Amino acid sequence: MTVAAALAVHPGLTLAPADPAGERALVERLVEWCGHYTPWAAVSEPVEGVAGGGLWLDISGCAHLFGGEEGLLGHLLERLERLGFAARAAAADTPGAAWAWARFGAGMRERLAGLSPGGQRDALASLPVAALRLGPAIAAGLAGLGLKRVGDLYAMPASALGPRFGREVLLRLDQALGLVAEPISPRRPPAPHRLHLAFAEPIARPEDVAEAVRRQLMLLCRRLEQERLGVRRLEVAVFRVDGSWRELAIGTGRANRDPTHLMRLLAEPLSTLDAGFGIEMMRLSASELAPLAIEQGDWDSGAVKAEEADLPRLLDGLGNRLGFRRVVRFAPQPSHQPEEAVRRLPAGAAPPAAVSWPAGRRPLRLFARPEPVEVVAPVPDAPPVMFRWRAHTHRVVRADGAERIAGEWWRRDAPARDHPERDYYVVEDEQGGRFWLFRLGLYGAAPPPRWFIHGVFP
Amino acid sequence: MPTSLSIDRLRAEIAALEGSGHDAVAGTCPLGVPELDGALPWGGLPLGCLHEIAPVSRSGGVEDGRGIEEGGVEDGAVLGFTASLLGRLGGRRPVLWVAARDDLYAPGLTALGLDPARLLVVRPGPAAQVLWALEEAVRCPALGGVAGEVWNLDFTAARRLHLAARSSGVPVLLLNRGQPCGPAMTRWRVGPDPSVAPPGEGVGPWRWRVELVRCRGRGVGEDGVVSAWMVEWDDETRGFRVAAPAGHRPPMPAPRSRRGLRAAG
Repeated sequence: MTVAAALAVHPGLTLAPADPAGERALVERLVEWCGHYTPWAAVSEPVEGVAGGGLWLDISGCAHLFGGEEGLLGHLLERLERLGFAARAAAADTPGAAWAWARFGAGMRERLAGLSPGGQRDALASLPVAALRLGPAIAAGLAGLGLKRVGDLYAMPASALGPRFGREVLLRLDQALGLVAEPISPRRPPAPHRLHLAFAEPIARPEDVAEAVRRQLMLLCRRLEQERLGVRRLEVAVFRVDGSWRELAIGTGRANRDPTHLMRLLAEPLSTLDAGFGIEMMRLSASELAPLAIEQGDWDSGAVKAEEADLPRLLDGLGNRLGFRRVVRFAPQPSHQPEEAVRRLPAGAAPPAAVSWPAGRRPLRLFARPEPVEVVAPVPDAPPVMFRWRAHTHRVVRADGAERIAGEWWRRDAPARDHPERDYYVVEDEQGGRFWLFRLGLYGAAPPPRWFIHGVFP
Repeated sequence: MPTSLSIDRLRAEIAALEGSGHDAVAGTCPLGVPELDGALPWGGLPLGCLHEIAPVSRSGGVEDGRGIEEGGVEDGAVLGFTASLLGRLGGRRPVLWVAARDDLYAPGLTALGLDPARLLVVRPGPAAQVLWALEEAVRCPALGGVAGEVWNLDFTAARRLHLAARSSGVPVLLLNRGQPCGPAMTRWRVGPDPSVAPPGEGVGPWRWRVELVRCRGRGVGEDGVVSAWMVEWDDETRGFRVAAPAGHRPPMPAPRSRRGLRAAG
């Protein structure tokens, strides 16, 4: 039916362009979803002239978990309906018969009767020949000969059909009737990036262990290169002859698949690995992966590349020993609150491109928690003339201020919501020590103002 | 004269052995201040070796151990000097700071010419890890410079750092709050000084008293320092300049103890 014809019948029709790739992706996701009925699920390839996508589930040995085949189909259809799909389902002895019954069977939730080949034969007999997954051209050709029902084909000799329509008609008929096996190839989950290595004799020498890890790593890295992936976290598990096992892990700041680099990171944990009475099996798994494009080095830039590689090597070395949280770089964060204007990024992260740091004099050290100070200051608002901090009395000689930094009232979680504004002063004592003090609150207001020191200047 | 000739030759040989001669230096980084550069025999800060920077305590001497535990955060001047030196080192290459406290503030570092986009920071941890991290960083030729805050570095550790720096060419700034360590090429002492500004102007540009206490190839003067300057930070040029040679300053009044402070508020 053309769009114009359809609109003539029903003017309010919603039109959407066909999206075969999107539909295909959706069906593939549904296959994954079917994994809780059976691990053996696959997409049934679309046949020309038959609308709708399809799934095949091999439910041998699974149906009893859902109360038999009827129960499983009911469960499946109910949940598909809840997901918004209009679906039909059929269960049969062969994929071909199930396909035919689900599409051309007489009614919803119909289960093709008869586990014996004879029952299947009778049930299929009344269906149109298109139910055999034949294209419209073959179906029309068969109809031209008066063969409209599947049952009409039963009596036809193979020698009469074969030369006219090729092997397909006979094959599909035999597949539907179970005379030719038709296996379903399940959609396999992507193989995990995991390698096992079992040793004929247990190994214990550290050099042997390292060599075994190195070889595994080479294999893994070669595979990662084909898949354009890099390792973020790598785990090595060793299984010892006495049944105990040990695991060690390394991380990288950026995705990496250079076996030399990874091996260097592994060297330290491997050196402390206790082989016990010997290791009989080893497992290397890349538990965290990230995309990593293939890099093509210039033919004359070997030295430069080597130097560029030094930095990630250093950062990974530091990160693995000290913890990646301890190797950082600073990045600005849009906030007026001094303590929130900076955030720490992992050192491996790319430095932010456009950097704008807050203007104004800012201290070199900013205390995570401002420390309270005792202050002598003229009221109502003037810099202090003297303050006492950490058992030292500082007489203020010079002072700058006040710089008023208001609380971020638009943020619900702002820390200083109760004390909305701070008046900051840069003060210098008589010896040249320079400090950043602030007054929280105002004189004459309900909670009396308090003074804090927030940082030191150069 | 044969004697002076042979002494010169001996000096050159010793310098070559010690690795402090002109040839042994992996390069220099000018400080941009003619007076300071002139005082260094290399015409700038030599790369690939150790430089020590120590704080001057409030009483004028080197800080004692107590100072670090209690008031160790009042080290803005020496921290600022270290940051400004680190900012000059290494061009656009990244630099690494092994910190002793977790409160370095990036906007303040930017103002001293140390671009946070270049700066990698190792947050504080046990002393052994600090040393290990320093040594690991010094061995990495991709870095433009390394700064580390240490406390009583022993001679062996310092020597290891020095050798690592020589082989990689990465300069190391040790913000050393303890005893001086042996192999450093230069040793500086930095303390704050009251800023100078017209009355009523508030706090003027940062002023530090910078003393070059020790420098390979230079003798020590009778006051125990090689040279001393009063330097002032210039926000316009993002560099410091010598405000006055040190020593012409009237002695500072000793801080009187103040009892019976009336707390404000």
